[in-house]
Order: sequence, then C-alpha cells, then structure tokens
Amino acid sequence: MIQAQIRIMPKATILDPQGQTVLHALASLGFDAAHACRVGRFVTLDFHGIGREEAEREVEQACRRLLVNPNTESWRAEYLELPDPAGSGA
Amino acid sequence: MRAGIVVFPGSNCDADTRWALEGVGVACRMLWHREPVDGELDLIVLPGGFSYGDYLRTGAIAAVSPVLQDVKRHARRGGLVLGICNGFQILCEAGLLPGALMTNTGLRFLCRDVHLKVERLDTPFTRALEHPSVLRVPIAHHGGRYVCSPPELEELEDGRRVLFRYCDAEGRATEAANPNGSQSNIAGILGAEGRVLGMMPHPERAADPALGSADGRLVLLSLSGALETLQTL
Repeated sequence: MIQAQIRIMPKATILDPQGQTVLHALASLGFDAAHACRVGRFVTLDFHGIGREEAEREVEQACRRLLVNPNTESWRAEYLELPDPAGSGA
Repeated sequence: MRAGIVVFPGSNCDADTRWALEGVGVACRMLWHREPVDGELDLIVLPGGFSYGDYLRTGAIAAVSPVLQDVKRHARRGGLVLGICNGFQILCEAGLLPGALMTNTGLRFLCRDVHLKVERLDTPFTRALEHPSVLRVPIAHHGGRYVCSPPELEELEDGRRVLFRYCDAEGRATEAANPNGSQSNIAGILGAEGRVLGMMPHPERAADPALGSADGRLVLLSLSGALETLQTL
C-alpha cells in the first residue's frame, strides 16, 4: 500500500491569525523560543494496487481539484510504502 | 421572473432567502444540489449556511457539487447569480469569483450589523438604491476575510467590481469599520461581466423593519426590478 501524506499550509503571503494565536498561547505558557507559528492541514490518502507514479498523479489531481486552494495554500506530499492492512484484500 | 435557490446539506439561509425574495415579488423554487437544474431561471442564489459542515475549507466541497456545473452554465449565458455568505465562499472556490474567504482576523464568529458602502448603483443588484448609499445589514460568519492577489485586487478595483465595502455609519471605509480584516474592506464583489455577485453580509436578514433593518430588501428589490426588465426584453 502507498500512503500519500499531504501537508497543506497557508502561503507565506497570507495572514494566519490561527498560527499567531497559537504562538501567543504558547508564549503565555512559557514556550517563548519560537518566533513564528503557522497552522495548516495534514491529509493522508491510502492507495492499494497502484504504483508510486500513479499515486503521485492522483494526488496532484486531487490537490488541484479539491484539497488545496491555490490562492491561499501551498502543499507538498510524501509517499510511504506501508504493509497492506489485514483483510484489505489488496 | 424566476429564481432558484440552491440547497446543499448544511445550507441554513435557504428558507429565509426565499421568504425575502418572494416578499419583493420574485417567484422562487428550491434546487437540491444533486439534481439537474431544469427549466430556465433568471437568477440562481447560493444561500448562506455551512455547506458540508465547512469541512476542508468553507465552500470547497459545495464548489465541486453537480449543481455548480449548472450554475456555471447559467452564468456563462448571462444569468444572474447571487452568493450570500457561504454562497460567496462557494463562488470563490468554484472560480466564478477571484480570491478566497479566510478565517476572520479576530478568529471569532461575528454576528452583528455592519454598514456597507455601496460603490455602484448601475448594477442589477443595486439599481433600487439612491446615492450616496450606506446600508445596514447583518453579517454572520467565521470565515469572511476576503483575500486576493495584488493583480486580482487591481483588476477588481480598475473594473469597478468592488460593490460593497465595510464602512462606518457615515460611509467611511476605515480600518475600524472592517469587522474581519478583509482586504480593502471588501464585503462584496462582482464577476467580470457584472452578473455574478458574492457578498458576505445577509440582505435577506435585513428585509423587513421588524428585523431591525430593511436595507437588505433594497438589494433584493433591485434584483426584482432587474428580472422584470429581463422579462420585457
């Protein structure tokens, strides 16, 4: 099985108030070493019975059509080879 | 004059919108998002709400719903489209309007009246208004911060496509009057042909003095008049 792990982040030019608030909350707890924080989204897609190249094409299309708003977000994906879950039949 | 109001799972302003439009004489029918739109319509409204629970991004999943193909066809033919609140978010996600709506700068859900500066009266959405116009209409959103790229903003401004801006009671579009951090105080924009409008405030919630303001009714009345004109062409 191939698992695509897709990290979707607000673009650097986009204000991220959620990240700023998390940073302030961390600072209030004494975690003041970090000077910036941004909050994004993490999506996994599991593929059975297809190869890495096809999985990459699928992810590319999925990001373009739905998962990512190119106006405000950027993304990158990593691909892991994982054992098929028991009973998946793949 | 025929209007269709799209209903997605999670729409919650569809009935209010119908009530307000029928109050200005527009005949409405509801359009379930999975069913093809049959028959000719003059206006399609994407109402407010939380389509698909706002999963992924507000409006993102509704934007790939089958009915959006019909909405796009309708817009290409020159039909009128009005997206209110979640409807505005859907129009941006679907590419019918530029930019995107992001989480409010203050991170809070805002539910209160705002003032809107009306930038143009020569549109199907504002023709019943008088100059200079400041409307008082409620907002109710968590993700209403309009953002777009600098070239898109330039195109919007040059094309006079910013129709509504958040302002104070005197019509000044100040930073203090901007409730959600929207770029250039933008509350509503037009598509390139001026036939598609997306706006975060809710005109249907200000359609009767008993609701605290009837200013939103003027937007709907404008549409009603525009539709009548279409009928006589």
